[in-house]
Amino acid sequence: MPVLRIPTPLRAYTSGQSEVNVSGASIAEALTDLTAQYPAIKPHLFNEGGDLRPFVNLFVGEKNIRDLQGVDTPINEGDRVMLIPSIAGG
Amino acid sequence: MLPELNHEEILRYSRHLLIPEVGLEGQRKLKNSSALVVGTGGLGSPVSLYLAAAGVGRIGLVDYDVVDSSNLQRQVIHGTSGIGKLKVESAKARLLDLNPDIQIDVYNEPYTSENALRIAKDYDIILDGTDNFPTRYLTNDVAVFLGKPNVYASIFRFDGQVSVFYAKEGPCYRCLFPEPPPPGLVPSCAEGGVLGILPGTIGTLQATEALKVLLGIGDPLIGKLLLYNALDMSFDFVQLKKNPKCRVCGPNADITELIDYEEFCGVPGHDHGDEGSAGAGWDITAPELAERVKTNHLKLLDVREPHELQISALPNAVNIPLGQLASRLAELNSADDMVVFCKGGTRSARALELLTSAGFKKVKNLKGGINAWAKEVDKNLPVY
Repeated sequence: MPVLRIPTPLRAYTSGQSEVNVSGASIAEALTDLTAQYPAIKPHLFNEGGDLRPFVNLFVGEKNIRDLQGVDTPINEGDRVMLIPSIAGG
Repeated sequence: MLPELNHEEILRYSRHLLIPEVGLEGQRKLKNSSALVVGTGGLGSPVSLYLAAAGVGRIGLVDYDVVDSSNLQRQVIHGTSGIGKLKVESAKARLLDLNPDIQIDVYNEPYTSENALRIAKDYDIILDGTDNFPTRYLTNDVAVFLGKPNVYASIFRFDGQVSVFYAKEGPCYRCLFPEPPPPGLVPSCAEGGVLGILPGTIGTLQATEALKVLLGIGDPLIGKLLLYNALDMSFDFVQLKKNPKCRVCGPNADITELIDYEEFCGVPGHDHGDEGSAGAGWDITAPELAERVKTNHLKLLDVREPHELQISALPNAVNIPLGQLASRLAELNSADDMVVFCKGGTRSARALELLTSAGFKKVKNLKGGINAWAKEVDKNLPVY
């Protein structure tokens, strides 16, 4: 199963889990599975229209899905997907 | 012509002179260089200490705050004797004690669209050690417009990020984060806390990147983002590319001058965390609340995390953490007169928005939170 890495600010919505195993063959399917497992995270990733919010950055391995095929980017068994948050502390 | 080093300086920097990648010429380059450190807090402390020790010839410090005892858990440039003093003056004294041969220029003012270009234009490099989104976007845009490298670092709880945003050679901050998160989604350190050592780890990496850029050695984190987590002790790297749609550094950039960053981000350009207000008509002050509880039956709703209740609590308050509020509204009665509070009033203002949009009409926000109550009503409670 692909593994989705959850950043600290969003762990409040995944029962504190730092990594969540997700099923799906694409980023979109993996996120659907994530929000099915943890519905409270959904409004933080998607806007009212169901689109991924612009400040949400997803990387498959080292690559931004924006530079691949967006939410249609395919993912494989064992891929590590990272959600990268905006943080501002200093 | 690079400046010469005198005998005292040669002895002081001898461990640098022994490294071929730095050497005498590199040390003279550092003496000739300048760095602007925006923010003299958690990140600015190690950054400016190490840049000063390394012999960067001129360091600018921008901050308008004063040293508070709650800073000292992580802002190691300041000391207990500095509490109440201007941060830039406290930091300058420490840096000149560490290295009297360098120049420290201080800017005791908020970094804003009005002064930022003027302040930053005479520095070789900018280091972003600010604590809020508006100033981060401002710092990025200033660096892009002036064509300077922006050595970026950011922290939250156990997480850190480091990169070198340099639009001439790679992506900028906006290429990665075109828009800020909605207000309230990402808590500030004043609300969410931060491990005191974290800015030490991350600020030291930030200073390392700055020195590499100034010396022109190694592979700086241009086009790469470092993600650190202290609990996992993990270092992950991801690749960053220039975003062709970037509004400040892309080919069709439409932001060509500094904007109103507080408006853009929807939050104030500071992180004091103790000034939370829900806006006119929605706030109640601590002394007003103290009067009202004498005569009225009020429901008190505490939206802090459960571990914070061990620090201070109000009797009879119901605790529903902000993150759980939306799914636990059924536990509340919209007919009740209710006062919502948190540590400083920021999270409770978000809670109030959520409650009013769910049809609760008789709710107020405790301005300044339980800390205001502790300062103005019940001095037996600690402020945190």
